[in-house]
Amino acid sequence: MAENKLDWQTGEQSNGGAPLSLDNVHVAYATRRGKVRAVRGVTLDLHAGESLALIGESGSGKSTLGLAIVRLLPETAETSPGVITYRRNGREVDVLRLKPNELREFRWSECAMVFQAALNAFNPVLKVWAQALDTAKAHGWHDKDAIRRRLVELLEFVQLDPMRVIDAYPHELSGGMRQRVLLALSLLLNPQVLILDEPTTALDIITQRTIIKLLRELKEEQHFTMIFISHDLAIAAELADRVATMYAGRIVELGASDDIFYRPRHPYTLGLIRAVPTVTGGFEQLFSIPGSPPDLVNLPGGCKFHPRCAFATDRCKQEEPELEEVGPGHTAACWHWHEVEAELKRNPLHRGVLTLTDVLDVDVEVA
Amino acid sequence: MVPIIEVRNLTRKFGKGKETVTAVDSVSFAIEPGETVCLVGESGCGKSTTGRMVAGLLEATSGEVLFEGKNIKQLDSAAFRRYRQSVQIIHQDPYSSLNPTQTIRDIITAPLLRHNKVKNRAAAEARALEILEVVDLTPARDVIAKYPHQLSGGQRQRVAVARALTVDPKFIVADEAVSMVDVSIRVSILTMLARLKKEFDVTFLFITHDLALAKYFAWEGRITVMYLGRIVEDGPTQRLITDPRHPYTQALLSAVPEADPELAQHKRQIELRSAEIPSLLNLPPGCTFHPRCPYFVPGQCDAAAPPLEPLDVGGRVACPVRRQERVSLLV
Repeated sequence: MAENKLDWQTGEQSNGGAPLSLDNVHVAYATRRGKVRAVRGVTLDLHAGESLALIGESGSGKSTLGLAIVRLLPETAETSPGVITYRRNGREVDVLRLKPNELREFRWSECAMVFQAALNAFNPVLKVWAQALDTAKAHGWHDKDAIRRRLVELLEFVQLDPMRVIDAYPHELSGGMRQRVLLALSLLLNPQVLILDEPTTALDIITQRTIIKLLRELKEEQHFTMIFISHDLAIAAELADRVATMYAGRIVELGASDDIFYRPRHPYTLGLIRAVPTVTGGFEQLFSIPGSPPDLVNLPGGCKFHPRCAFATDRCKQEEPELEEVGPGHTAACWHWHEVEAELKRNPLHRGVLTLTDVLDVDVEVA
Repeated sequence: MVPIIEVRNLTRKFGKGKETVTAVDSVSFAIEPGETVCLVGESGCGKSTTGRMVAGLLEATSGEVLFEGKNIKQLDSAAFRRYRQSVQIIHQDPYSSLNPTQTIRDIITAPLLRHNKVKNRAAAEARALEILEVVDLTPARDVIAKYPHQLSGGQRQRVAVARALTVDPKFIVADEAVSMVDVSIRVSILTMLARLKKEFDVTFLFITHDLALAKYFAWEGRITVMYLGRIVEDGPTQRLITDPRHPYTQALLSAVPEADPELAQHKRQIELRSAEIPSLLNLPPGCTFHPRCPYFVPGQCDAAAPPLEPLDVGGRVACPVRRQERVSLLV
């Protein structure tokens, strides 16, 4: 039994629908100040083999949503209404209603989460090998040699020297090595879905690049289904097939990566893109979004972005818009998305490689 | 013109005996009044240590810091006080750099009164309100009565800037000043700093690990790249970003993730010979980048540390092997 689990996942996900479907998911916390509404009504299908980026600022609900999918929220969190459906091999479960023993089985072997590579993602007194062994045993693997072979294979995949790392304690590893070990451990039980929370934050630039390369390989060669959670738009641009922008607990725009970066229709997405510089290319004037993110206990009425939005009208103060189709496979929750489109015609984003050839005297050979 | 800040062979070691670490190794540069200089590099490259020495918060092990042409160690007490007031530092973390038990009023008026910038409390209050307006903390009358915890991260960082402005600085060291601020707000703080540059003739040393931010902030200025305690390359921003000459600068620029899917696809991938940064405790001989450098020349690069030499296209580079080679960062 252990043997077949050791294989890289094959085409098994192609037979069913989306591995993960979120339907009207809510997460709220009761606090002394009142109810913190961290996630409000998120509906989303994660397709097999796709990588989806959840982007947004602190307090947008992106990490809470990730934790909700693997049921790692604190006990005080309320998660109703909402259904999270997980599918594999024709079987379907509601994650939010799994019993503790089923939940243990679900986490890691079905859906694994990779946290920011802080030391506290590890047990500090266990060597890498012992962490892997504990995990595998807890999921019913007993063939030590097979577990070791699997771990060595995965450590090699993440370009670490297994002999050096396998008997190391977490504190003996650099930040980049720790992130790669976490990635290897997350793949240990051959999960179908991988959730990565800020996978490159707090790492040095060159180390970030090695992690991005690895994740690209997972995506392009192993066709892993992945969710990236990041405040960094660049991670989405580098790795995602689709991007969801979150604001005040909601998805406010969802579309293919190119749609989000070159044809954004929600003023918040547009604001984020105009606030972030690229290093390659000429000088582009950047703009910040006025104001600050809303208080989740005391959310403004109507569209939660209206106090910061240049397009806001009276309607935005009263009625909260739902996601509506603004293009093929592209939705945005804004009453004024046509005006955002018009604004982009007036003031285009200077993005993409082709615009660069005008700005810079560089040789661009478009592949 | 006399540089407002110059450092010569600035070196800082930490620890002793076998455990000695050279965080900054013989760094020399000069900054003219009105210039904007960004110091970039990865963690452990010595950029913050350099900034702290420039601001007088840390003593150099050897080498000199010159303020308006004079070695700060040889200043008399009045001149030293003037230097300490003229050179201010803004730290990365606005959550720990402000005293949580003080109101914004206390935080801003204390240095005004302490350094006799105003005659009395009423004048201090008036001046504090003015400064809060300058850093766009409006309405200033509301903000002044608040405690730091009542403000957002971006607002706190503005308070830190306001505090630095109380003593009429000529030079500000901004050490990762916007790294902890949400992306949507970052630009407004940079714009505010750029305005101070113009309106108050403040010269900036902007320290960051984020090359895209450095490019944006110092587009008309210069960038200095540090690696393991040494400067490997510097030069006018526009040249350094488009035509980097040091293999490390090229590796850094090619590694930066880009917030643009097409750019991300078309960036050149530079393969380093090793992904790991050497430990400062055990630095490689010669050029410290040689164990990772794709252009490593045995016998040359591992023999002696290459000197920082001027380039015809502007700036300096510490790589005799690749100094003349242009490398396109896009493919």
